[in-house]
Amino acid sequence: MVIVEIPIGPQHPALHEPIMLRVRTEGEEVVEVAVNTGYNHRGIEKLLEKNSWIRGMYIAGRVCGICNAVHIQAYVQGVEKLMGVEPLPRANYIRTIVMELERIHSHMLISAVMAEIIGFDTLFMLLMRDRERIMYLKELVTGSRVHADIHTVGGVKRDLDEVRRDKILSELEKVEERLKYYKNVYENDYTIVKRLSEVGTISKSNALKMSVVGPTLRGSGVRSDVRSDDPYAAYPEISFNVVVRDEGDSWARMIVRLEEALESVNIIRHAIESLPQGPAIPKTIPRSAKPGEAISRVEAPRGELIYHLVSVGGPNPYRVKIRTPSFMNILNTDSVYLGHRLADVPVIFASYDPCISCTERVVVIDEKTGEKTYMNLRELARVESR
Amino acid sequence: MKYSPWIMHFNAGACNGCDIETLAALTPFFDPERLGVKLAPNPRHADVIIVTGALNKKAAERLKRLYDQTPSPKFVIACGACAISGGVFANSYPLISRADKVVPVDVYIPGCPPRPEAILHGIKKLLDRVGG
Repeated sequence: MVIVEIPIGPQHPALHEPIMLRVRTEGEEVVEVAVNTGYNHRGIEKLLEKNSWIRGMYIAGRVCGICNAVHIQAYVQGVEKLMGVEPLPRANYIRTIVMELERIHSHMLISAVMAEIIGFDTLFMLLMRDRERIMYLKELVTGSRVHADIHTVGGVKRDLDEVRRDKILSELEKVEERLKYYKNVYENDYTIVKRLSEVGTISKSNALKMSVVGPTLRGSGVRSDVRSDDPYAAYPEISFNVVVRDEGDSWARMIVRLEEALESVNIIRHAIESLPQGPAIPKTIPRSAKPGEAISRVEAPRGELIYHLVSVGGPNPYRVKIRTPSFMNILNTDSVYLGHRLADVPVIFASYDPCISCTERVVVIDEKTGEKTYMNLRELARVESR
Repeated sequence: MKYSPWIMHFNAGACNGCDIETLAALTPFFDPERLGVKLAPNPRHADVIIVTGALNKKAAERLKRLYDQTPSPKFVIACGACAISGGVFANSYPLISRADKVVPVDVYIPGCPPRPEAILHGIKKLLDRVGG
């Protein structure tokens, strides 16, 4: 049978983000997938070197608009190590609250997008509606719906008062109820289970071999979560369950996310109830770091996020290396699509919770021979049509 | 363009902030369908293109192509600080930084990211201007 190449993206209604999957199919069956990136490269690592440590916080947060607080957390953690600053205990709790709010809205968002992809538009709209509650809470705590920018070296920029604490607790009640409902839908709806289970299965050994991280790894039965393995912020003092599923398919990954969101509700509740007294906003912020290097890692909603900072002294970083979870999850898993039907490709892709804006600080150039011929033919056709 | 403008969203290297806010603005909580606004899946169905993000060179080619594929009359909204001026990424090496260097822009919506209400306000302004 003839092999047909179908480009998906970079502008595609289901993906929302610029990435291109070149899918080669034989009939309905996928035989090869090449990931073409580069539409979102913004030169962030170079930009971080050019700007000061403090300005870098705002740039690090804008690596990704969905998981911005974890990016700043990872960056600030590293900067604090280099500057020899200990974060204030109350600030650690507020940071944790913001990061967990972000995890809930991120997981709700991907559940919504997945619902849209499999054709459940009502579920998509409902999830987006309830997600607005979390966005409201995030605005209440940080002053901004999306880019929190609440972290600063040694603490946070805004304290949490009694009124807002009570408001968060009462809103969380409502959110928790809705999350339980959505988890029930994902677990028991016949069509969703049929559509997602045994699609894009990654076995435990393959998951380790492909170095996938986060819910994708935990959905394959590996217990790995930076929050419990290498606790940071207020996590050493908070107990929570690490959600693990053994199935390894797209369905397991979605259930892991929804259960994690419920777990996050408990973490926020615990953090608010045991919020330490004392200041949260540091009086002075140091401007320059000592020579040395720091590695900091945090658990982003999509998995382990690593920042490697190198300092030679002075107001600017010498080098900032970022390794984001989506980079591992998208680029290492192209073999998972093989043998599935074409309609399963967006489902599998969405089940990794892809975040292209995180991935694209590195340009990956795919130069297989087939790829080259395709490009040449295409350009040839364009020349002729002129 | 008088009745219901369909909107196509193109992410030209954004951090996802503006994209998710645009997506949120198109859901029933903010209800843009009362203005007749709907998300179009395809440039050939679209009347308005919302561009988000600091344009890099590779995405700019795509934007030009999508603009050419959209039937006239067509309008472009630059959404967010990055599409207007590059935002925090201005002066970075791979970026063009401004949507209006590639396609003509009709409405600018400032903010990092703009609130969904602001995005709807921008769309409404465009509709008022073109007599929708």
